Amino acid sequence: MSNLPADLRYTKTHEWVKENGDGTLTIGITDHAQEALGDIVFVEVPENGRQVDADEACAVVESVKAASDIYSPLAGEIVEGNATLTDTPDAINTSPYEEGWIFRLVPSDMGALNGLLDAAAYQQVVEEED
Amino acid sequence: MGLRTPLYSEHERLGARLVPFGGWDMPLHYGSQIEEHHAVRRTAGLFDVSHMRPVDISGPGAQAFLRHLLANDVARLKTPGKALYSCMLNSSGGVVDDLIVYARAPERFRIVVNAGTADKDIAWMREQGAGFEAAIQPRHDLAMIAVQGPEARRRAAPWLPDNLRDSAMTLAPFFATEADDWFVGRTGYTGEDGFEIMLPADRAAALWRSLVDAGVQPCGLGARDTLRLEAGMNLYGQDMDETVGPLESGLAWTLAGEPAERDFIGRDALLRLRDAPERRDFVGLLLTGRGILRGHQKVLRDGEEIGEITSGGFSPTLERSIALARVAPGLDGICEVEIRGKPVSARVVKPPFVRHGQPCITLEDA
Repeated sequence: MSNLPADLRYTKTHEWVKENGDGTLTIGITDHAQEALGDIVFVEVPENGRQVDADEACAVVESVKAASDIYSPLAGEIVEGNATLTDTPDAINTSPYEEGWIFRLVPSDMGALNGLLDAAAYQQVVEEED
Repeated sequence: MGLRTPLYSEHERLGARLVPFGGWDMPLHYGSQIEEHHAVRRTAGLFDVSHMRPVDISGPGAQAFLRHLLANDVARLKTPGKALYSCMLNSSGGVVDDLIVYARAPERFRIVVNAGTADKDIAWMREQGAGFEAAIQPRHDLAMIAVQGPEARRRAAPWLPDNLRDSAMTLAPFFATEADDWFVGRTGYTGEDGFEIMLPADRAAALWRSLVDAGVQPCGLGARDTLRLEAGMNLYGQDMDETVGPLESGLAWTLAGEPAERDFIGRDALLRLRDAPERRDFVGLLLTGRGILRGHQKVLRDGEEIGEITSGGFSPTLERSIALARVAPGLDGICEVEIRGKPVSARVVKPPFVRHGQPCITLEDA
């Protein structure tokens, strides 16, 4: 059983979203996603200041197997990419919800966060995939 | 659901991630592909390769048949037990499959072919073998386990049958020995020392468990692929296939052109391509920019497409991305690879990338 924190929001494309309480969101991929991808060997994070739409591909995670796009869960502006992933991409494997975060976003509409999945709904998505 | 090897339940017990491969359900990894890869480079790893198919060829016409069937020449196998890597070509010089052939005795050979092509290969052999006094016998009753790495042979020795242990431990590279239905070759697909062991299917689980319990790391197809890529070894279906032959996939060294009177399938087509100006090169690439090389990415020179990657990935030993690529003749020095629409710098190198745990190329950017 993969780890699924109850205080995060999720997407059908296996991103997690954390509200930081300062108008920013932190985004990464779920424990389930990193396990399915296998050992992660390269991450391309988005540049600061980039404007993204909801569901826009804005980062790439490459495992030993394949490359996967990471989508922005909401529209907004990228304010930080996790630069440490350049040297330690495997942080996504070892710590998907902490050191393995991928980028921070200032959403144009914080209210849209409520449209994302909660842990139970995401769990359902994962179970339907299996 | 795919076919299952005699070791399927061992893989399940070890928590393997099982994936379809060549009609079989096979382990991709048992947790971390990279750790499995390092185990083979540093100590020893264990692979279930029972999906590959041994085929015994025997009879008074066996040697003549194989000299016609294969692009390499089994007449070079002058000692019983000696092995040879060869392509089996079609008449247009494309590769039906690549394989290893072992000479067992005069008039007796064993071939090992790939899983996904086995049925096609055997049909092709039967078709081509019609005029020869040679029996073709696929060995569905055998399992196959590869033990690879600098410590592989020493770790495997205690679990070999008593009547085979001494001869196995004194094998020269690319030789095999056998007793009863056990067959041990000092061969592999990783660039490391080791054994490939064929044995009765009902004995495979016991050998597997003994090796796992002795600390040999089980390895899946994922590590098998990165190990063979580092070793500069081709993968059938990716690096060559029925439309692309050995001259354009780095396998010219496996073609036995002499004696000239040996009439093997595909010979005429090879002779036509050999000196053709359009004959493409097969090279290694080391990515110097950021990203990961993957199969089918375009190779560019001065912005112009001149070829494509056939196998690419992350090299755990070099901690860099490497690839094999088929390109226009004369590519040298540096080039670019198109990754997600953007050109990224790469350096042309001569495979292998890694052998016996050591890098074979320099990593400094040119």
